[in-house]
Amino acid sequence: MDALLDILGLTEAARLLSLSPPGWGMNLLRGLVNSLQIAFGAFGMGLVIGLFGAYGKLYGGPVLRDLLAIYTTVIRAVPELVLILILYYVGTDLINKAATMLGHGRVEISGVVAGIWVLGIVQGAYATEVLRGAIQAVPAGQIEAARVFGMPPFMLMRRVTIPAMMSFAIPGLANLWLIATKDTALLAIVGFNELTLETRQAAASTRAYFTFFLAAGALYLIVTLCSGVVFGRVEKWARRGQPSLREARR
Amino acid sequence: MNTLRALMQPHRIALMLVFGGIVLWCALALRWDWIPVYAPLALEGLWRTVWILVITCVLGFLLAIPLGLAQAVGPWYLAIPARSFCTVIRGTPLLLQIWLLYYGLGSLFPQFPAIRSSELWPYLRQAWPYAVLALTMSYAGYEGEVMRGAFSSVAKGQLEAAKAYGMKRFTMFRRIWLPQAIRNVLPTLGGETILQLKATPLVATITVVELYAVSSKVRADTFIVYEPLLLLAVFYLMIAGAITLLFRRFERRGTGGARLKSADVRT
Repeated sequence: MDALLDILGLTEAARLLSLSPPGWGMNLLRGLVNSLQIAFGAFGMGLVIGLFGAYGKLYGGPVLRDLLAIYTTVIRAVPELVLILILYYVGTDLINKAATMLGHGRVEISGVVAGIWVLGIVQGAYATEVLRGAIQAVPAGQIEAARVFGMPPFMLMRRVTIPAMMSFAIPGLANLWLIATKDTALLAIVGFNELTLETRQAAASTRAYFTFFLAAGALYLIVTLCSGVVFGRVEKWARRGQPSLREARR
Repeated sequence: MNTLRALMQPHRIALMLVFGGIVLWCALALRWDWIPVYAPLALEGLWRTVWILVITCVLGFLLAIPLGLAQAVGPWYLAIPARSFCTVIRGTPLLLQIWLLYYGLGSLFPQFPAIRSSELWPYLRQAWPYAVLALTMSYAGYEGEVMRGAFSSVAKGQLEAAKAYGMKRFTMFRRIWLPQAIRNVLPTLGGETILQLKATPLVATITVVELYAVSSKVRADTFIVYEPLLLLAVFYLMIAGAITLLFRRFERRGTGGARLKSADVRT
């Protein structure tokens, strides 16, 4: 192993990336765990917002529909970086105001929670559009039939709408998950220790910029490729009983 | 006329009044006295944002055409590199790519005396070439994937007809294949260009002074937090709106008088 690294001229890189200090490998992995935590949280929060948003857009009153249209348009037109800063300051301000009113001192907000709140709201706007499209793709007759059977709305959603729309929603949601993992990198700019910031700190203190940035890129790429495989499975599961996309197109 | 009527529904008028009230409150209650001081800088930043956006989109799209072509019909020794390029670009965060280029190349170049003494060195010492390079590559990566789908979606019969007319391969590509592919993906391209606009503030992290960097400077200088950010968001909304209108005009011109939907063309 050592000889192989020597031949490839990677001894130095392997030393820098080793998991035990003085290597920085552990820092990168810790950053990756933080990133994934935020991505999971934000994706979940986005799904919840998206489900309510999609129902609001499809079945809500005119005012709700207009408000949701403004929400999705603004979030999708303003850079995530700007939204992250605005929502971050608004969030911390609101919590601190609430804390002082309740008689507590200033509260320090953990980076993970702030990241999930900020990216979750951004993801929610995209998820609203994805899920709205998916619900619209479900044949209306199926939902009407369920209504005729006298299903209450929540049961209808659980038993008919969500299973039937899954196969339409999964490709869009897979895309959203990838956006969520990549958007966590933006939290580096507000000083949260996720993978990109850990990488930059490691790179800056060892001056080995290429080694660390390429290693972090490889980590992100592994996450992306693995997610691709997982979502492929999920899509297959969601489309069970239906012809595969390629056959359907023929 | 129709849009006006759609706006004049009672609940929309009420909503507009509420928003007007919010805007008025913002104008009166928040601090805007910093605007005259920073206006020239902000205009410069706006200009730089637009300039970077246009340059990187044009260069990126020119790169995306061969990338898409290689993936759609190229031999394996072109298709595999093109596909891996797109996968890597789409699979890693743009911020990481920008930092890799700026800090990585930026620390590598000074080690070579040949580069230091070359005529390019004054440019390579600045940040914007790296910003343009990173954003161009990112746009090319995403659009390469889009163009792959676009090239393979053009109906085979069209190309066969062109071949039957005895068109040379390049003429066929220029007259039939490329225009149809671009027309099919214009709506997608509009969306991707807005995504590219949203990516431009990232270059502020490598000291390129564009719109976002100006707002950060205002925040750092005056400790005013919300006002510059809100104004910044409004600016980006306006640029995104302009991009949408521009692409709508392209689309209208692209379909010409024929008004065919892509589904009709394909059958």
